[in-house]
Amino acid sequence: MLELDKVSKVYKTGAFGGNKLVAVNNVSFSLEEGEVASLIGESGSGKSTIGKMILRLISIDSGTIKYNGKNIDTLKGNDLKEYYRNVQGVFQDPFSSYNPIFKADRIFRIIREEFFPDIDQKEWQKKLEKALYDVGLNPGDVLNKFPHQLSGGQLQRFLIARALLLDVDFLVADEIISMLDASTRIDVLNLLGELKKKGLSVLFITHDLSLGYYISEKAIILYRGCVLESGVTDKIFKNPLHPYTRMLMASVPRLDKKWEKVELELKAKQTGTENKCVYYDRCPFKNKDSGCNNPQMVEAEEEHYVACCHYGEV
Amino acid sequence: MALDITNLRAYYQTLKGDVKALDGATFNVEDREIMGLAGESGCGKSTLSNTLILLKPPLRYVEGDVSLDGDILPIWNMKKMNKYRFKKISIIPQYAMNAMNPTRKIGKMISELVESRGTNFRKIKNELKRRLDLVELKYDVLDMYPIELSGGMKQRMVMVLSTLMNPSLLIADEITSALDVSTQKAVAEMLVEFRDRGIVKSLIFVTHDISILYQIADSIMIMYAGKLVEKASTETIVNNAKHPYTKLLISSLPDVGVKFSEKRLTGIPGKPPHLLNPPTGCRFRERCPVAYEKCLEEPPFLEVEKGHFVSCWKEFEENA
Repeated sequence: MLELDKVSKVYKTGAFGGNKLVAVNNVSFSLEEGEVASLIGESGSGKSTIGKMILRLISIDSGTIKYNGKNIDTLKGNDLKEYYRNVQGVFQDPFSSYNPIFKADRIFRIIREEFFPDIDQKEWQKKLEKALYDVGLNPGDVLNKFPHQLSGGQLQRFLIARALLLDVDFLVADEIISMLDASTRIDVLNLLGELKKKGLSVLFITHDLSLGYYISEKAIILYRGCVLESGVTDKIFKNPLHPYTRMLMASVPRLDKKWEKVELELKAKQTGTENKCVYYDRCPFKNKDSGCNNPQMVEAEEEHYVACCHYGEV
Repeated sequence: MALDITNLRAYYQTLKGDVKALDGATFNVEDREIMGLAGESGCGKSTLSNTLILLKPPLRYVEGDVSLDGDILPIWNMKKMNKYRFKKISIIPQYAMNAMNPTRKIGKMISELVESRGTNFRKIKNELKRRLDLVELKYDVLDMYPIELSGGMKQRMVMVLSTLMNPSLLIADEITSALDVSTQKAVAEMLVEFRDRGIVKSLIFVTHDISILYQIADSIMIMYAGKLVEKASTETIVNNAKHPYTKLLISSLPDVGVKFSEKRLTGIPGKPPHLLNPPTGCRFRERCPVAYEKCLEEPPFLEVEKGHFVSCWKEFEENA
């Protein structure tokens, strides 16, 4: 359904754009209908950049993103509108997604004006109410209110309802629950799970592995723009192969186990050697002699891939 | 005893009346104790920490005593509190990312800050160096502007800054919420290290994430709608909680190894009451699965076992 093929994004930094920062480096993965994939990584690993490229909010520097076989980079006019009818995004901070001057349900009116100009008021109201029920909200409680009168969870569900109204097939969910309370967080996750059953595909971007595991069947582990491990969620979590994935797993605060006393290397500076493994500076298994050049993605077991020079040794 | 709070109340003044965000808190924090403070947003966690350190309008002091190392803190008086702030009681604010002056180099800012408290910057420079080592920051950062640091680095810089005067009590307000898991772990462990080395005597760690408290805290206190709900040792809260709210809060946390398709977790239905006119009696009553008539009366915050305080009628009834 959605296919990324060797996608890269390079940002120019510095006063005159002289320096380059590779935000996403040759990332390839694909998503099927009704599938939820988690994109997991630390901050600065390029998770959100990938999400934004899929939504065409920023341009792609090289590689292609295909949606149902069509290259999205060249979409224009009506095709692009059609694309947005199918693919939508929900972002981290529900509080800043609204204009505080207008009532929160203005987002639905905009959708109507833009995509459904022919539909009459009664039918629209019905459709809207159904979408709100689908996300677990009571229309009477939430319509006609200003953003500050609604809670974060309600606002976040509004945004999901907005995507549902368009009858989207693909949702980019960028850290949608990190701003929510523990008690409402799980409701939003369950909602995604319900929608998945109805055939919605979700790219779930998160830094929290336990949430990623709860909801998704596919996981992609990113570090500095590179995919270090990918495959079926169960296999990755039960048998993490890359040292980075293991470090992430060990850092998740859990209620049944205390943190082990392992020394954590904090963010290292980018050394900039082209061929080296991106995780080299922080890797506990790094081999100083060979320098871990050019790790290739290998299939460790069925549907479980890892890019580490030491795979097979440790 | 480091911190001792009795019946502390602080309300927000609004045009419609008082919002009772902190309504009668009585608890204490021992020397060398890391106390975790958890609850949903709007439960009064941040109000409590602001009350202790910077009580400014619209927040209004109503009643209650706060004593730190035996001294009563004049929290109602902005000017008198200056003597204690930063030296005796200090805070790492929620948005530490924006806590530093963007127009000053960090070293310059620190020197201005400590000089304003009557301490010579040169004298503490060596100590500052040691502290920077402790949080794995290079000494060069003092010559940088805050914008040149990453989020995690700024967070650690503010940690050093807040604890420079070896405060008796440090409040860390949601400092790990914006960080990713690996940085979160590093920052949390550094705070424990600060306590172990005696840089801070006791610590209140405010967060909405109980699983991180389980890793570092000695005791956990749960708040709901401006009231204290339960306080006990970390082990007890996580494995043997008594208040229905605490139980629900803990059961709504997903763990690694739980999948939507296999086991469906549930949130807590409903939402916290509005604190402008809070309901009488137990404030959790409307969302509580075991509420009964008695809950129309306000439950006291009582010690049911040694060091285990809880505020629930049902619990008192079963124990009686």
